[in-house]
Amino acid sequence: MTVSELSEKMGLETLVPGDPTRRVTGGYTGDLLSWVMARANEGDAWITVMGSINSVAVAVLTEVACIILSEDSALDEDARVRAEKEGIAILRSSETAFRLAVELDRLLG
Amino acid sequence: MKLHFDVPGDDFTRAGEASGQVKRKLKRLGFPPDVIRRISIAVYEGEINMVIHAGGGAADIEILPDRITAVLTDHGPGIPDVELAMQEGWSTAPDNIRSLGFGAGMGLPNIKKYTDMLDIDTEVGRGTVLTMTVFVNRK
Ligand SMILES: Nc1ncnc2c1ncn2[C@@H]1O[C@H](COP(=O)(O)OP(=O)(O)OP(=O)(O)O)[C@@H](O)[C@H]1O
Ligand SMILES: [Mg+2]
Repeated sequence: MTVSELSEKMGLETLVPGDPTRRVTGGYTGDLLSWVMARANEGDAWITVMGSINSVAVAVLTEVACIILSEDSALDEDARVRAEKEGIAILRSSETAFRLAVELDRLLG
Repeated sequence: MKLHFDVPGDDFTRAGEASGQVKRKLKRLGFPPDVIRRISIAVYEGEINMVIHAGGGAADIEILPDRITAVLTDHGPGIPDVELAMQEGWSTAPDNIRSLGFGAGMGLPNIKKYTDMLDIDTEVGRGTVLTMTVFVNRK
């Protein structure tokens, strides 16, 4: 499943399109950045409330497929700019991280 | 090939410059993705630590065909108890740092996990030098 397919199926708002053809192969949920750097895998959809520039840096380093901001969390302006420059997709939803993770797991089968 | 970066203190927007550029350079040079991921995450953790805990510092990266070595030098307060600092979950990060998503006490353990060699030379009142190496043909 690609980032754009995932976005459509989960009804996510696109804040930064990034590379919509990127494959999503798994998921990770967490807001503590060092924890994410320890555990997130390449190709994961990363669900978090952290819409900061550091999150974008972490997404670049871990090579996750996209960031999904849960519960309508704010995306900082400098984060948006950096994500556009780095080609990182950022999506958003009003749902909780739990609901999003359940839905993502169902979609990934 | 050698790269040098100054890591400014208290500027989270610029922390990540060294790791980001190292990552791009290694990609261009065709290093294995796993090697790139490990060294760039380790350097980022080191950069962030210098910003949060030491008021900034410098990152010196040496790229050789068989290994990448990063030396992170700061003149911050030093680490009083390295063994404690290496434990998962140990952190002295203040609350304002925690609200940014740092301070899980996972940075140094991550560096240990992702690198093949790690040396921490630190002295209270003098500063800290982290020397880390990732070998290309070793997991
Ligand atoms: N360069 C440094 N100078 C002084 N103290 C440091 C330095 N790096 C780490 N420390 C100390 O070691 C502790 C553990 O560091 P570590 O990177 O594991 O966790 P953290 O930075 O607190 O949180 P996280 O990395 O998960 O965001 C820090 O809280 C700090 O007390
Ligand atoms: Mg740290």
